[in-house]
Amino acid sequence: MYIVIVGGGKVGFYLAKELVEAGHEALVIERDSGKAAEIAEELGEIVLKGDGCEAATLKDAGSERADLFLAVTGEDEDNLVACQVARHRFNVRRVVARINNPKNEAIFRKLGIDVTVSATSVILSQIEQELPEHPVIPLLQLRHGLEIVEVKIPDTASSVNMKLSDVKLPERSLVWGIIDQDGNPQLASPDTVIRAGEEIVAVTLEENKEALRAALMQPR
Amino acid sequence: MKVVIMGCGRVGSSLATKLDEDNHDVTILDLNTNQFQRFLPDTFGGRKITGNGVDQDVLMRAGIEEADAFVALTQGDNRNITASQVAKHIFNVPKVVCRIKDPIREEMYNELGLRTMSPTRVGTEMALKALDV
Repeated sequence: MYIVIVGGGKVGFYLAKELVEAGHEALVIERDSGKAAEIAEELGEIVLKGDGCEAATLKDAGSERADLFLAVTGEDEDNLVACQVARHRFNVRRVVARINNPKNEAIFRKLGIDVTVSATSVILSQIEQELPEHPVIPLLQLRHGLEIVEVKIPDTASSVNMKLSDVKLPERSLVWGIIDQDGNPQLASPDTVIRAGEEIVAVTLEENKEALRAALMQPR
Repeated sequence: MKVVIMGCGRVGSSLATKLDEDNHDVTILDLNTNQFQRFLPDTFGGRKITGNGVDQDVLMRAGIEEADAFVALTQGDNRNITASQVAKHIFNVPKVVCRIKDPIREEMYNELGLRTMSPTRVGTEMALKALDV
């Protein structure tokens, strides 16, 4: 098979290496001359220096006879455009785009790129079960090791329907405000009652984030 | 008209200023906050949002869902192309204009249905006209 690879970073390099070892014909298109030279030195003359989004470069690469076209640069938009040019100008049937932002998967599919590969999604799916379901979201770091964070109160939290003054917060922590389910922000007072689904904005010490999470979100 | 402009360079800022003066609802996006200070006048009344317009979350923050028009004017052709396609095909923005410097890419995306403009082509034409040849 003849395989054109756009992007000579780590992904492109090792893809080319593996494919050549497997007996395929591969060509790497790389914009940076230094990187292109490195690849040529390691893998031989299978590099074309140029911009893989430009029709002229793809023509030089012989893209019209490519069985497979892989765009694996670090930029989602470059990968999209390279794949679209390959598809529409050179009638390459199989195009694959690497993406970083998992939300681009659906978008790229809608724009005609049928195969996308996202390392971010793969890693996310591997670790999803291990992530706490309701994390403390860091919003802003302040001086003195303090941090502004946001937590969303789940239905199951023991703090639901409690007054703020009855919740035992960790040291140097303070609930600043509450955003109710309709999105209305309110200043917190000791008499404020916590409701499920609300978002709480709090200030806490970085090392006390876990304790704050426990105080607000521990299941009943 | 509610307009979202991506890229606060010379063209983006000047377009944003003009539309704002004409009482349109303008939101301008740029990766770099300094660009707003550098190019927009103090009187600019539109919204300024820092972020990358190829990220749909950033576009939503800029109000793309209710926008009547989207104009992509960053330095990067591919960034403009990607964001414009997202605005047109994902968020169904009625008017989408995309600047593409590479004339070949411009032609192709024009064929694919994007409303494109090429500063390269326009600049060449103007220079030829000025030279009167």
